[in-house]
Amino acid sequence: MATDSLAVRVLLFARARELAGADTIALTLPSPATVADLRAALAHFQPALAALLARSALAVNHAFADDSTPLSPSDEIALIPPVSGG
Amino acid sequence: MFRLTHSPIDSAALTESVLRPGCGGVVLFLGTVRDLTGDVRTEFLEYEAYAPMAEAKMAEIEADVRARWPVGDMAIVHRLGRLDIGDVAVAIAVSCPHRAQAFDACRHAIDRVKELVPIWKKENAPDGRADWVH
Repeated sequence: MATDSLAVRVLLFARARELAGADTIALTLPSPATVADLRAALAHFQPALAALLARSALAVNHAFADDSTPLSPSDEIALIPPVSGG
Repeated sequence: MFRLTHSPIDSAALTESVLRPGCGGVVLFLGTVRDLTGDVRTEFLEYEAYAPMAEAKMAEIEADVRARWPVGDMAIVHRLGRLDIGDVAVAIAVSCPHRAQAFDACRHAIDRVKELVPIWKKENAPDGRADWVH
């Protein structure tokens, strides 16, 4: 039986971009999916990112998201490592 | 007003831009590139932003500051790309009727910028080593 799935792209910046060797990661998650599901999939498929991911935030449509935030196909999703502007 | 730029920041022009007849207190904060972090020497920094979210967060910060203090006008500018020692990375200018309000508003704005805006710096040492500050 086919399971609904959700294709997402995650934008990467700074050390996360360098660790992954790419500025985006494409993932397919079982649907419905939340930020927590995305975190688990990122850690699984990009183990090099796992340690930084644990200290990072996720943003959905330019707003910080918590683990319960649901994801939609059109969302702009980004991994936000601890910021260091200024 | 807020913006990201790859060009040098003209802090005098930024300060001029917030002057208002009803404001007797104007505070300018500059964040500049320091040569030492602890005992590690920096040759230059590289700044990177998630631009659309950075702009959204700067807009939120400006709205928050304006809601809390009687701001005449304010401007937040953050520079991106390669910056050398002494270059201005961030400038915030705020005008208010009185000085205490202007100091407090400007302090709040820079603290929030450093906490919320998705911008990252990479420290490049003289020996070629480089690492992101996370």
